[in-house]
This record gives sequence, structure tokens and C-alpha cells, in this order.
Amino acid sequence: MPHQTFLDAIRSGLAEEMRRDSSVYVFGEDVALGGPFGVTKGLAEEFGVNRMVNTPISEGTVMGLAIGAATAGLRPVVEIMFIDFITLAMDQLVNHAAKLHYMSGGQLRIPLTVRVQCGISGAMGAHHSQSLEAWLAHVPGLKIAMPANAADAKGLLKAAIRDDNPVVFIEHRGLYWSKAEVPGGDRIVPIGQAAVVRPGDRVSIVALANMVGPALAAAEELASEGIAAEVIDPRSISPLDIETIVTSVKKTGRLIVVHEAVEQGGIGAEIVARVQQAAFFYLDTPVLRVAAYFAPVPAGPTLEKVFLPGKERIVEAARQAIR
Amino acid sequence: MRNNKTNSKELIDLLRRMWLIRAFEEKASALYAERQIVGLLHLGIGQEAVAVGACSSLREDDFVYGGHRSHGHAIAKGADINRLMAELAGRATGYCGGKGGSMHIVAKEAGFITATGVVGGTIPLALGAAFAAREKKRGQVAMVFFGDGAGQAGPFHESLNIASLWRLPVIFVCENNGYAEFTPLSAHTKIERLAQHAKTYGISASTVDGNDLFAVRDAMQKAVEKCRSGKGPVFVECLTHRMRGHYEGDPGKYRELSLLADWKKQDPIGRAARALKGKKAITEELEAIEREARALVEKAAKFALSSPWPEASEVDTQVTA
Repeated sequence: MPHQTFLDAIRSGLAEEMRRDSSVYVFGEDVALGGPFGVTKGLAEEFGVNRMVNTPISEGTVMGLAIGAATAGLRPVVEIMFIDFITLAMDQLVNHAAKLHYMSGGQLRIPLTVRVQCGISGAMGAHHSQSLEAWLAHVPGLKIAMPANAADAKGLLKAAIRDDNPVVFIEHRGLYWSKAEVPGGDRIVPIGQAAVVRPGDRVSIVALANMVGPALAAAEELASEGIAAEVIDPRSISPLDIETIVTSVKKTGRLIVVHEAVEQGGIGAEIVARVQQAAFFYLDTPVLRVAAYFAPVPAGPTLEKVFLPGKERIVEAARQAIR
Repeated sequence: MRNNKTNSKELIDLLRRMWLIRAFEEKASALYAERQIVGLLHLGIGQEAVAVGACSSLREDDFVYGGHRSHGHAIAKGADINRLMAELAGRATGYCGGKGGSMHIVAKEAGFITATGVVGGTIPLALGAAFAAREKKRGQVAMVFFGDGAGQAGPFHESLNIASLWRLPVIFVCENNGYAEFTPLSAHTKIERLAQHAKTYGISASTVDGNDLFAVRDAMQKAVEKCRSGKGPVFVECLTHRMRGHYEGDPGKYRELSLLADWKKQDPIGRAARALKGKKAITEELEAIEREARALVEKAAKFALSSPWPEASEVDTQVTA
């Protein structure tokens, strides 16, 4: 198995799908030039600028254009450079992409993938660092994938592109240069399937995207104290594989949910609500959330470090749950 | 009135289409008054020449996108009025199974891809269809209808820019009926003719009398031809007036009665009919056209109101494909 970075895995997944299906087109700012992080580097050379389409900085219209292209037989991939700018495209995403299948009584399908980069990395401040996945998860008709490693990134992206629904594929910038074994061949990771990334029986830790790493580090530290933590990566948040989480909680009796998004109204709240409904009498202690402060993302590196949840806060929460 | 290019038979077909739209919307208005249709109902009575002049210039496989006032566009593109009326009435036999309603009509089989409840919302979609059409090399074009109210929205300008930049085969049809909801255009912008915006972006644009079927059709035929031969996009602004309120139930008190009376004299159906008379067709034929349209619409209403409501279990089906 080749060792690949997260962004190389995304690029190879995208390229494989473009080779496989001539109706896959990519639209976005600077995509034909590789983009600011080099995710699409070299693709214009292989597929031409007709299929790697550079667009003006008009997120809302580009999103609508891709939706229209989907209604006319293409399978578009839109790149929104930072999730902070998806706000400009929310009208099209929420009112058209998500609803046209339903509102048309099934006449229309919108096989659209939105690749969007998110998260804290490199002190970029409040307009280039947000985690807005919970907004998107509130919208019926959208699927949302949020991979935590290179292998899942590739497999989920391929699933997203082949899906006949709009899928928002969220790429955490902090993971771009992380490396993992990426299986060769045409491996699909189904959307809506969580992964148990570390087994354990004392406490369940559900962590999303960039928080899976700190959760695993926390589990390692807890193991040295004799606490076996089970770490679960949901990989997708809509649909959410709640069964895998509930199964784990029934075993451990304790749950900690970790995400980089702010705590209030985060996807953690949804996970907690569903878990208490399905496994209330299995819970030994209150469910805890580890998430960012309810504040905009600060720009300065010291404040950013405070803002970002990490291993220490997860370990602390686990100890609190077990106490 | 320019009608030299349209022969009598064509003219009769166009008149039939206009009457079908008029009769459909008048019936919808009556059903709304009886609460047989509920929700928001935006009628385009008085604007039929734009819908018919534009859509009659298209091929069946061309893509049309509309807005919140789009029953006429769907019918002009060939949508089945039974299924359309059933959709307005929220019935299972409607185009969208009762999930779309008046503002979200989709009649894909007829090439009416979608309407929208968001002003100007489908303008970018038409760009995408035009892009796809060009890539697939089937010679199709995309057409999008929107009102003067959309001209002040960001996506309108972004779309004009991209359509021009990429030379997309898209026809922008601006139905300038003078009012954005309750407010006259002059209170929303200093720009008198929205076609000016298109010119700014380097798009071939014109303003026509939108109540003159022949003027609209002439402009649309030229626009479609340009787009098909790769010389798009084209913007056509059609000056018209809606004879009803913004929605059914809006008394329209923001308009002078004299203004309505003036526009009534400009009724697009009456003007087209007079042209037919000029071609020595008989009065009875005109009356028959209206009668037939009303009969078809009565049937559509019966079909709609005798159709079942959607099953409760449909409430969360088709959320995803």
C-alpha cells in the first residue's frame, strides 16, 4: 500500500473518478492551477481546462451553475476554497441542491460534490478557520462526509462523486499533510458508515476529522493509566451512523464527543441526543462534550491554541467520566 | 405590430398557447378564492406573450428555468396542465406529487427544469445547463425567466459576468413588469432598463415590448439562433405588466388604477388576436380558441380536485435519491 498524504489521496481519488466518468467536471477558484494547497495540481494538464474549470470569485453563482449542470446531465464537483465562504453559496446549496429532488417529486437528481476545506491550522483567523458542518447537517437532502485520514478521504470522495445526491465533502486543512496507508484499487468508503479506530471498553470517545488524532493520543495516555478508551470516527455526519456509537456506549457506559466546531449547536449535541434516546439506561455518567469555545476563531497563535480542543482536554474529560 | 414572419396557422397555435395560460391562471385564481388551492399563488396574467414568444422559439430538448411566477413558462414549454393544476392543488398526481407546489414546478419531460421560490435563484442554474449542453454538443440552449426584482441581486450580476466570460448558450429573459413585489423598479435602482446591465458585461441585449407577441418572438428567435451557433449569451428584456397583485390576495394598492387600465389596453392576447384578424381569420375562430382553452382548463381542475392527496408516508420520501 502506498503511503500518501491526505491531499494526495484526495487528488488521486478525484483523478480516478474523472478518468472513470467523463461527466465529472470540477469548478472552483484556481482549480486549474492546483489551488492554494495543491490538491488539484496537475489535473488540468491531464483533463484539460474544459473539465478543470477556473471560476471567478462568485461562490453562490458557481454553486448554482454546478447544480444546473447536474440537472442537465453532468456530475460536477465544486471546490469552495474555505468553508467560511460557503456562506456565500448557502442559498443555492440549501434551497436548490438539497431540495430539488424532493420538491420535484423525484424528477430531478443532483449528483453534486462540494469539496470544501475547513478548520484551524496556521493562525488564519476567523474567516479562514471555521468548522461549519453542523449547519449543513441541519439540511435535509445534503449528505456530509468528513474524513480523518488519507485512506478514508479517498474512499469517501469516490463515494461522494458517484452518489446521486449533493454531498459536501469536508477536508480539514490540518490533515492535508498527514500521511497514511492508502489501499490501492477502487476502494469506496460508504457515506454514513463510522469506523471504530481503536477498541476499548471503559469509555467511548467519538471524534471528528482533525480531532481523531488527539483522541487517539488521549486514548494512548489513558491506556497507560489502565483505562481502555474506544475511539470512533463517524467519518460522515449526515447520514450519521449512530448504531456504531450506540453499540460502543452500551459496552462502555460512558461517552465523550469531540469536535473542533464550537460546542453550542454542534454535531455533538445531535450525537448526544440520539445516544441518550437509544442507550439512556446504559449510561453510567453524564455525556461530555469537548469542543471549541463559543467564540469566533482567534487569529493570534496563542489564543488559537487555547481555542482548539486537544489531547489534554479529552484526557481530562475521560478521567471525569470515569471518576 | 410586426407579424410578417408568422403565418396564420402558427399564429393560431401561439394564441392557443396564450389562451391556455390565461385560462389556466384565471381558473387557478378562482380555485384559490374558493380555498381549493392554498399557499402562495403568483399569477402572470398579462405577461403571456413573453412566455409564449420565448418558449415557442425553443426546441423540446432545450432547458428552461423559471421563477416564482412561472406557470405560464411551464405551459409554454409544453407542461401538461392536468398535472400542473394538480400540483398547485397539492395532489399526488401533480408533477411533483404535491411536494413542490406553485412556486417549485418541475416538468422535466417538457424541458421545464425548475422554478424557484428564491428571486433570481435559477439564473445560475441556467448557466450550468448551458455549460452542460455545450459540453455534450447536442446544440441545446438554456433559457431563464426572471423579473426586474432579480436585477438588483448579486447572483444576477455574477451570472451575467460568467455567461459572458464563458460565452455560454443561455438566453436571459427579463420580464420587466415594473414592480418588484410591491415596489416600483424606480425605487430599487437608478437603472431604467435592465438590459443596460447585460451590455455592461458585454452581452448582446435588447429591450422589447413584452406585450407584443411578435416583437418577443422575433427577439427570441434571433437570440436562440445566436446561442445555438455559439454566439451567446443573449439578454432580452421584455417590458410588460402583471394584471394581478404580486400574489393572489395582494390588493395591489401601490398601483394607480389608471395604470392598470392603460395596460389592459395593451393586453397581449387582444393584440395578437387583432393581428390574426388582420390576416382575415374569422371572429368565430378566435372565440373557439378561448372556449377550447377554458374547457381544457375545466378538465384540468376536475382532474386536480378529484385526485388523491399524497399519502402521509410521502412526507419524508425522496429526501435523497
